Amino acid sequence: MEHTFLADYGISLMVFLPLVGAALMMLISGKNEEIHKQIALGTTVLTGLVGGWLVTDFYRLGSEHWGELRYGVDKSWIDIVNARYTVAVDGISIPLIALTLLVVPLVIVYSWNHIPNPGNAKAFLMLILVLHTGMLGSFVAQDLVLFFVFFEVVLLPMYFMIGVWGGEQRLYAAIKFFLFTLFGSALMLVSFLALYWATGGTTFNMVELAALVQSSDIKIGTQVLIFGGMFMGFGIKVPMFPFHTWLPDAHTQAPTQGSVILAAVLLKLGTYGFIRIAIQILPEAAIKWAPWIGLLAVIGIIYGALGCLAQTDMKRLIAFSSVAHMGYVMLGIATMTDFGLNAAIFGMVAHGLITGMLFFVAGSIKERYHTLEIKRLGGLLISAPRMGWILGFCVMASLGLPGLAGFWGEFPAILAAYQPQEGISESLFRVYMVVAAIGTVLAAGYLLWLLQRTAFGNPSEEFEDDPAITDVVFTEWVAWIPLLALIVLFGFVPGLMFDLTDGPVTALANALAAAGK
Amino acid sequence: MLALAASTIAQIALEPFSRPEIDWHAVAPELILLALGALITVIDLVGLEKVRKWMPTLTSFAFLAALIPVLTLWNDGGELPRSLFDGAYVVDRYSLVLKGLFLLTGYVVVLLSTNYMSEGDYYDSEYYQLIAASILGMVVMTSSRDLISIFVALELLSIPAYLMAAWRKRDLKSNEAGLKYMLMGVFASGILLYGMSLLYGVSGSTKLTDIATALSTGSSKPLFTLAIVFTIIGFGFKVSAVPFHTWAPDTYEGAPTPLTAFLAVASKAAGFVAMINVIIVAFPGQADVVEPLMAVLAAVTMTVGNFIALRQTNMVRMLAYSGVAQAGYIMAPLAVYGTNGDRVPSAMVTYLVIYAAMNLGAFAVILVAARKTRSAEISSFGGMFGYAPGLTLAMTLFLFSLAGIPPVGGWWAKFEIFRVLTEGHRAIGIVLAVILAVNSVIAAFYYLSITKQMWFMPTPDGDESPVTIPPALQVALVLTVIVTLASGILPGLVSDMAGNLQLALP
Repeated sequence: MEHTFLADYGISLMVFLPLVGAALMMLISGKNEEIHKQIALGTTVLTGLVGGWLVTDFYRLGSEHWGELRYGVDKSWIDIVNARYTVAVDGISIPLIALTLLVVPLVIVYSWNHIPNPGNAKAFLMLILVLHTGMLGSFVAQDLVLFFVFFEVVLLPMYFMIGVWGGEQRLYAAIKFFLFTLFGSALMLVSFLALYWATGGTTFNMVELAALVQSSDIKIGTQVLIFGGMFMGFGIKVPMFPFHTWLPDAHTQAPTQGSVILAAVLLKLGTYGFIRIAIQILPEAAIKWAPWIGLLAVIGIIYGALGCLAQTDMKRLIAFSSVAHMGYVMLGIATMTDFGLNAAIFGMVAHGLITGMLFFVAGSIKERYHTLEIKRLGGLLISAPRMGWILGFCVMASLGLPGLAGFWGEFPAILAAYQPQEGISESLFRVYMVVAAIGTVLAAGYLLWLLQRTAFGNPSEEFEDDPAITDVVFTEWVAWIPLLALIVLFGFVPGLMFDLTDGPVTALANALAAAGK
Repeated sequence: MLALAASTIAQIALEPFSRPEIDWHAVAPELILLALGALITVIDLVGLEKVRKWMPTLTSFAFLAALIPVLTLWNDGGELPRSLFDGAYVVDRYSLVLKGLFLLTGYVVVLLSTNYMSEGDYYDSEYYQLIAASILGMVVMTSSRDLISIFVALELLSIPAYLMAAWRKRDLKSNEAGLKYMLMGVFASGILLYGMSLLYGVSGSTKLTDIATALSTGSSKPLFTLAIVFTIIGFGFKVSAVPFHTWAPDTYEGAPTPLTAFLAVASKAAGFVAMINVIIVAFPGQADVVEPLMAVLAAVTMTVGNFIALRQTNMVRMLAYSGVAQAGYIMAPLAVYGTNGDRVPSAMVTYLVIYAAMNLGAFAVILVAARKTRSAEISSFGGMFGYAPGLTLAMTLFLFSLAGIPPVGGWWAKFEIFRVLTEGHRAIGIVLAVILAVNSVIAAFYYLSITKQMWFMPTPDGDESPVTIPPALQVALVLTVIVTLASGILPGLVSDMAGNLQLALP
């Protein structure tokens, strides 16, 4: 292992810098909001620089190293259970880390003049910083206990963001979000421990556990049960049908910033957990579970789409579209092939960029119109033409238009279902494939319908001459342009990410192929 | 058997009495507490009113002084375990950790009581003397490996608590609290004594190790079972296990709040210590009887406690029922002690240590808040984030810790319980672990409902004046916050002490 500053401290610095910023803010009085905004932005930018250094350095290693875990730090933490502070990154986590590093500063820029009611920028921004640490930590943790801690740390700030700064039904949404996730993670913890004992009670390291599971002869029934516990934890977070019901409430009630972070990063913790933990450690059980995961994924696709068609609230509609899109990601995962898994990771990032953008736009519309009821909106292209076009662009990206990022998440996932991993029923997945393909048609339907009703036509009478309806303002441009640019960039050059993920995913797929035989 | 016992007695009677060898170092903490109790009485008699305001200081310093021999004994590692009085009293690492816990809990309870007692026109000196006596009982309990010393310790820690529960003597609820607690406690003692008498009857000895031998060699299963069940039920009252929990909510609500904290943390922990001592040392071979009993008791206790807690509107009552549920979590490891017995004490002690910090902290916040709002209704916490953000943050940490959410301490406590339960993949353990997991979600709901009040709701009466925190309560809050946070972020700090505890057999 090389010993450079980056290798020894890079990841830890990146993960804990936001916490330092939050601690600093805690010491300063909340009266002067500007200084808090500056500290928060400064911290996230600094975190982004450290993380960016890490990401570019990783990129420069060359594709033959992208499948390895790099910059690993392994320090003792809780000796009594052999849980260690183990962090490292590879080609699977790098795209998600980069996404997190990008989205959070943009959210803070957006907050500059969009602090939701009831104000208190200090507390709001501190929560975002704590959230930042939790998310980054989950993506770098290579130890199950450490992962669990970071995975849970994310809950608290989000709960308060929804509960304090959310919409009218915020209390209900906040507690629902919390309890659903907690239920999943409690069972997940039990299954982590069951796995720990099944492998002899020596380590929580993910890589070592994967090797131990392979070399020891744990009964397949036990493995399937342990996978089931993890499935509850990650599946609720994704969210998969039928555990998705917290999502529309949380999204609709959360403040714009909360919705963006929730859509862009938090949901990915679930899918990332599937790939990094559940499948990597228990490939045999994964093959057994694949048909069920696939089934729930396609139900999610169709159900989410039908749900969208029935919505009258724009934010709720986008939330349901998340259920559908995460369905594609899960379908990609369920195929257990390198093709499908690559598509899934791409889909995660693409969904993060696009849906994050959609929530930004929805938030800005809400701020101007004070409503998101679709039938009261209309004529956005006349009242605020630039925002209308941005909405149109995001809608196109979301429905999977080739040339934009969304396409590379959905299309390969559907394609991968044609030929799932060995040991998984081919005919079943071909049915899933057809259903998923129908889902894209529905997606085009509800998204275009949304665009039609909100952007086209003439503004309704009540908003015709409303001076509050202005076009995109400066902070919005700053927050949005990077996302829009990346949606185009990844649309045209998907190889940027596929190359990165292909190495580790192929290794994973090989293990799955061996397990499927 | 009887003849044997009679002949032993005859032998003892014939020999001239000689004082048993006493290891003064090993009993130094107990002696300091004893001296404290005597000192308070004397000083109070001599100094009367003038000295009363110094009592809390004296008591708290004495508790800290008693910690010194605990530390020296701990670091004197080579000589542990120290066995006294023919093995009836054992000082090992397990008992030392618990002694430290009880002394520190006593210290924090004194901090919590200081302002409450001095401002409320109560009898200060007597109160602190009773606290000292009760803590002495607990400290004795940790080392007791004999039915008689266990019973004496139990009564020594309980009787002062009966008195203190009724301390607000002009308040009807406080009278109810004391009376109910005493009647139930005495009833439990009766049951416990009956169980103990049966144990003595079948083994001819009060020493736990002798009882273990007698039970494993004897053949009278129904009698053993009866004895074991009665003994465990006797302790069940103390730890407020369902269905023996009915005294807890009324007593908690009526008793002075600092005393409630004392009951919820120290007294409950002492009950568990007694349970661990007896089950691990005296019933090691009786897992077929004890395990199912404990499994059912734990599952029922946590579930019922949580469901009733959901409906509470009074903060203290809610914490009482939450304490019932937590008792269910704590006793769960005893359902697998037959196979994983080595780890059971560690897991339970870890939970008790973290539970003490977070629960005492929560009570400290309630005490501070009540100074302003004069109420313990959950709704009176509304809008606290607006006028007391620091206090709100502290309470939030305690509540999340009670709910078991990282990175605050409670998660590690639960983790240790889960770890014992899942080891060896026994059905009884896994099922209990899943029940516990589901229960922690139910519990999260009512813990969160308090954070909801504090963060999301408006102030009920619009009074936004800031809260003043007296110095004693500040110290208590800082201490509990530090322990709660540190034990969650670096669980190694707790596990280094409590991670691998075994009960030394004399």
